[in-house]
Amino acid sequence: MTIFSIVKRLFFLVLVIWSAATITFFIPRLSSRNPIRERFAELSRTGGFSPADLEVIIASYSAKFGLDKPLWQQYTDYISGIARLDLGVSLNKFPKSVWELIMEALPWTIGLLLVTTVVSFIIGNLLGAVAAWPRAPRWLRTFATPFVLLQGVPPVLLGVLLLFFVAFRLKALPLGGAYSIGTQPNWSIAFVLDLLRHQILPAVALIFGSVGGWVLSMRGMGITIQGEDYVTFAEHKGLAGRTIFRDYYLRNAMLPQVTGLALALGSVITSGIVVEQIFGLPGLGSALNGAIQTNDFLVIYGIVLFITIAVASLMVLVELMYPLLDPRIREGG
Amino acid sequence: MASIAVSQGQVRQPGRLALLLRYFRRNISLAIGLFVLFLLVAFTVTGLLTVDPKDAYPLAVRSKQPPSLEYPLGTDFFGRNLYAAMVVGMWQTALIGVLAGGLGTLIGTILGFVSAYFGGWTDSTIKGICQILTPIPVFLIQVVIAGSLDKRDVTIYTMAMIVVLLAWMGPTLVIRSQVLTMKERQFVSVAKLSGVSEWGVIFKEILPNLLPFIAAAFVTQVFAAVFAAFYLAVIGLGPLREPLLGNIVWAAQSQGAFFNGWWWWPTWPALAMVLILGSLALIIMGLDEFANPRVRRSE
Repeated sequence: MTIFSIVKRLFFLVLVIWSAATITFFIPRLSSRNPIRERFAELSRTGGFSPADLEVIIASYSAKFGLDKPLWQQYTDYISGIARLDLGVSLNKFPKSVWELIMEALPWTIGLLLVTTVVSFIIGNLLGAVAAWPRAPRWLRTFATPFVLLQGVPPVLLGVLLLFFVAFRLKALPLGGAYSIGTQPNWSIAFVLDLLRHQILPAVALIFGSVGGWVLSMRGMGITIQGEDYVTFAEHKGLAGRTIFRDYYLRNAMLPQVTGLALALGSVITSGIVVEQIFGLPGLGSALNGAIQTNDFLVIYGIVLFITIAVASLMVLVELMYPLLDPRIREGG
Repeated sequence: MASIAVSQGQVRQPGRLALLLRYFRRNISLAIGLFVLFLLVAFTVTGLLTVDPKDAYPLAVRSKQPPSLEYPLGTDFFGRNLYAAMVVGMWQTALIGVLAGGLGTLIGTILGFVSAYFGGWTDSTIKGICQILTPIPVFLIQVVIAGSLDKRDVTIYTMAMIVVLLAWMGPTLVIRSQVLTMKERQFVSVAKLSGVSEWGVIFKEILPNLLPFIAAAFVTQVFAAVFAAFYLAVIGLGPLREPLLGNIVWAAQSQGAFFNGWWWWPTWPALAMVLILGSLALIIMGLDEFANPRVRRSE
């Protein structure tokens, strides 16, 4: 990998982030909704201030959020803010900044998604590889079928069904929330166990919802590799089945799968957001949902942009890591 | 020398139906997918003929009733008859899927065609835009669009439009790559040499050969549209009055349905959605196997 190709990828990354920022900037401005007016019109119905006061408040808040400036200036301010990682402040939880809100929510989302993605990636790839491996025992090969049937079903639906069967019918696990009502977050063992118990169902939903995709792509890859000359050669050389499976088969199928992982990040985070919402878990999904319900516009755009930047950067990072995974790319330059 | 001639009468060509069934036995995912989809369509059609669509809307019936003879699937907190809601919701889901899927495929096919056939800077522009938009999680942009709409403006049709807006990149790239290979095939050169006009080549030579790919892209787009509309609705961005399946799940979860013991409320729409998306995914898998013999499994 040359310096030139690294620079090219970074330039592409900047282009992606700039497009996402531009889209999130202009779409809301095309709409007739005025979040500040909506917010204070709502407040004026409950609290007692006159319509004249309302206009003053709206004007001062618009000035505060820079909405009274010409559009091009708002746009340049917004873009330069992003370059400085300044995503603005929340309208609803003023004066908390969007960045602070994201940082509060992020550990929850990362914790859940990192574990589930890694686990489903490993299980899915092993099952898929075995499903395509002719020497694997038959029962092991059919093990992958139910996951393939579930492929395409979003995790959130599995979540609802799991809630019904496991939490509601069997009463085996909690119905939602991050921890039992009435407990305070602390580092005691009892609390951590309680926390983990609440994460089981969402995690199972996310894992079962995504294993099928990995099984399918890995099986396809496995079938292609079996036809390759080097596998036939290794077989005729009398290498042990296990060695062929690990070093000739898995190893060569891994690179496209890792690419697939990078491409799947967007949908991973999307299903994560929706699953959080259904299980009432804290995290980016709940933060986004709260912002949507209160029309807290800078928080919505901040979270959307943050996730876009994270996904696009991780994709580029994975691409830059290819040479570590595949010596052929390293040599080729 | 033994005669190897077989009289024509002895080789019996199996009937079309038998051939079809035989193919389905080989392509099980396509068979299961089509079968489940058929059941869903049958459910929706008989439902539309037997229930009053008004019962699918709030305040139509007594609220919070568990499944019974009168209300086979129960009723929800707002007084919807859930059976009627499921029927109408499935019809609306199908509407969004076909509308958004069809439009997305149409736009994608035209752009892919233009891109590949004319090449040059047109091609690089279209391809570049697709590549830049691809890493952006589409769902989040849809959230921004749906969130900036006035709640009263959100209908089934605006949902379909929101979904289409960012759903044409997939088919564009697929059709583009197919046209690129097809353009170089001999039958196209032959047609051009025999004086067929530019439009004649496009519509009479290339387009008919593209149809299987367009069909596959269409089913994929319908799946993506149903998926996206469901996700938007399930986080509360759908048309709230409509009994869209995602809306029902969202409403149930925000009212704490399981905590209150109303298990039937979110369960039916979730189950229906599993069947819809599952069957579409299986059909896509089956079509893939049909169109691309390389992934065809050996028996």
